[in-house]
Amino acid sequence: MRPPSLRRDAVLQGLGLGLTAAVVWWLARNTGASLAQRGLTLGFGFLRHPANFEIGDTWWLRFSPADSVGRAIVVGLLNTALVSALGCVLAIAVGFVAGILRLSPNPALRGLVRAAVEIVRNTPLLLLLLFLAASLHALPPPRQALSPVHGVFLSDRGLVLPAVSVSRWTILFVVAAVGALVLRRPLGRWWWVAPAAFAAAALVSAVVRPPVTTVARLRGFNFAGGVTLSPELAALLAALVLHQSAHISEVVRGAVLAVPRGQRDAAGALGMSRWQTLRLVVMPVALRAMVPLLATNCVSLIKNSSLAVAIGFPDVVSILNTAGNQTGHSIETMLIMIAVYLSLSLLVAAALGRYNAHLLRTGTAIS
Amino acid sequence: MSTFVRRVATAIRRCFSTPAAAAVTVVVAAIAAAIVIPLARWALVHATWSGGADACRRAGGGACWAFIGHKAGFILFGLYPAAQRWRPGLAAAVLVALVVCTALPRFWTKWLLAAWAFGLALAFFVMHGGIGLTVVPTQQWGGLPVTIMLTALGLAGGFPIAILLALGRRSRRPLPRVAAGAIVEVVRGVPLIAVLYVAVLVFPLALPTGLSVDKLALAQAAVIVFASAYLAEAVRSGLQLVPARRLDAGLALGLGWWQTMQRIVLPEALRTVLPSFISIAVGFFQDTSLIVIIGLFDLLNTARSAAQDPNWLGFYTEAFVFVGAIYFCGSAALSRYGLWLERRMARAHPGAHVPRPLSLTAAPPE
Repeated sequence: MRPPSLRRDAVLQGLGLGLTAAVVWWLARNTGASLAQRGLTLGFGFLRHPANFEIGDTWWLRFSPADSVGRAIVVGLLNTALVSALGCVLAIAVGFVAGILRLSPNPALRGLVRAAVEIVRNTPLLLLLLFLAASLHALPPPRQALSPVHGVFLSDRGLVLPAVSVSRWTILFVVAAVGALVLRRPLGRWWWVAPAAFAAAALVSAVVRPPVTTVARLRGFNFAGGVTLSPELAALLAALVLHQSAHISEVVRGAVLAVPRGQRDAAGALGMSRWQTLRLVVMPVALRAMVPLLATNCVSLIKNSSLAVAIGFPDVVSILNTAGNQTGHSIETMLIMIAVYLSLSLLVAAALGRYNAHLLRTGTAIS
Repeated sequence: MSTFVRRVATAIRRCFSTPAAAAVTVVVAAIAAAIVIPLARWALVHATWSGGADACRRAGGGACWAFIGHKAGFILFGLYPAAQRWRPGLAAAVLVALVVCTALPRFWTKWLLAAWAFGLALAFFVMHGGIGLTVVPTQQWGGLPVTIMLTALGLAGGFPIAILLALGRRSRRPLPRVAAGAIVEVVRGVPLIAVLYVAVLVFPLALPTGLSVDKLALAQAAVIVFASAYLAEAVRSGLQLVPARRLDAGLALGLGWWQTMQRIVLPEALRTVLPSFISIAVGFFQDTSLIVIIGLFDLLNTARSAAQDPNWLGFYTEAFVFVGAIYFCGSAALSRYGLWLERRMARAHPGAHVPRPLSLTAAPPE
């Protein structure tokens, strides 16, 4: 090989940079011309203008068409956050159960779970979503609602569940406790103090103002009390959980199988039962291998929640798209969309990097 | 055959090995029966196989396969003129043949590239028309050929870009490293829908005024870009697994950097990550259905539109089951092929340590 010529290198890279800049300049000039032709200007001022569209599902924040576009986007963000949080927790729970069941020594049990996983894994998520949304809309009206369990109703108005209203303080303290647990200094001596304090505060607030449960009852043509998930939200949540849990079950199964066989045999030789071996020996090792893959699965669930736009659930993508169409500021709304998802992905990547460093430092990485 | 019988016998024995296992088996059998029996009654016993929508409604309760019989042409080929449906059929067959040939190691020669060029040109000519065939604009393309085209062309087109991006990310020059890193991370960080929106809504604004680009072409470009970012990460992990001394050895033999890459490093890197290419391909085959959202007609959207026909309202389950079966067959075949390839590679290099970067997601079968 010729010795690397620094001057040639610099010239080539300079040319590349110049070419890129020229292309970007050309695209920007065209964009400017297109926008001028349509009488539009770039800028985020439209976020303060009234939205002039309705939002079907709102949680936590009220919204009316007179409110600003910015507020609409925040409502969409909260909807995405709700679906993502519930979806991740449920998908991991279901995926864990399915993954463990797939390792059962009983071929019938293993086969049944495997058949379900294969069907979900080999069909597109959007197909599942459209099918579930159509099925939920085809359900009977509230008066003939299906009620599989007391207090749970399935009708064309959606899924009605018993509501548990917890005081704001309790929620705040629980979130703080979990946050403190996640962000604790690894291996610090007093790591448990902050989480324990928040957990105790949560307990106290729950005793002072105990959670109230209300069960829905049919009144007139609709339900009163309880909490109602719209058909769109229920379909989206169900489809996301089914799809992602099928993938997570593979992760769980793979991680358990990746634990060296000798460890299981050793546990067996010590007289541990299958369940004890799984819980005390295999899982602690497998969990560490799983965490990064579970995190990427959660990120893909969050990205997949953007499919909400196909069934009309107002998530952040759907609202940004509507806002872009209505105001003509689609460039700006797309930039917001990209910024939202990109910051999330980078955040998770950074957290995973920290976790990996932690595993390496404490010498608990699976090799 | 006898091994099969023995395996079944072992499985049955395991199902009833202990009283607890037998109890679990009985419960599982009950659950399976509760799912399969009503399904079979719906799909077979009470199904209506011929006639119109009225015949289905009169029969009540069962599946209306007559609906699929009426609509299969539309679901498979979309709005393509009915008299010309052999054309999308032929184009789809050509693309599938190309994919199958690409999948078989015995065809991994220089001629494969020529076959792709020729096959793509043929498929495009047959679909689009010209010289003797009536021209059918892309607005009328739809169904299975569009799904296969988006997937096959997306992966085939994304692959060379992916190699450049992966090499760029590992370059010691700052410009290619930063540029490739930014492209890959941004594209992988956002949902496919965002990429499709940018391609269809924003990108046309950045073209000279008056120039309009076909929507299907824009969607195809978006899929290619998206695929290239995901493939690039796979290629990069493959490159990381090739020992640095291979590059040194190539350079010491007097080969240039590109030649060493092309003849020594890349073949080894790509071979090791073939299994993850396959799982990316399965994902893309399914994810092309997202073009529903920008209003293009792939297999899923034609099924949905067929179910919205006012004459046939209420038979959406049949439509989704029909296309679901097609997606299932395609994805399952690809996954099986991936497993076959992995086993074949393990046999071809028995002593070699085949690193499996995705070993946790693609666990070996029990």
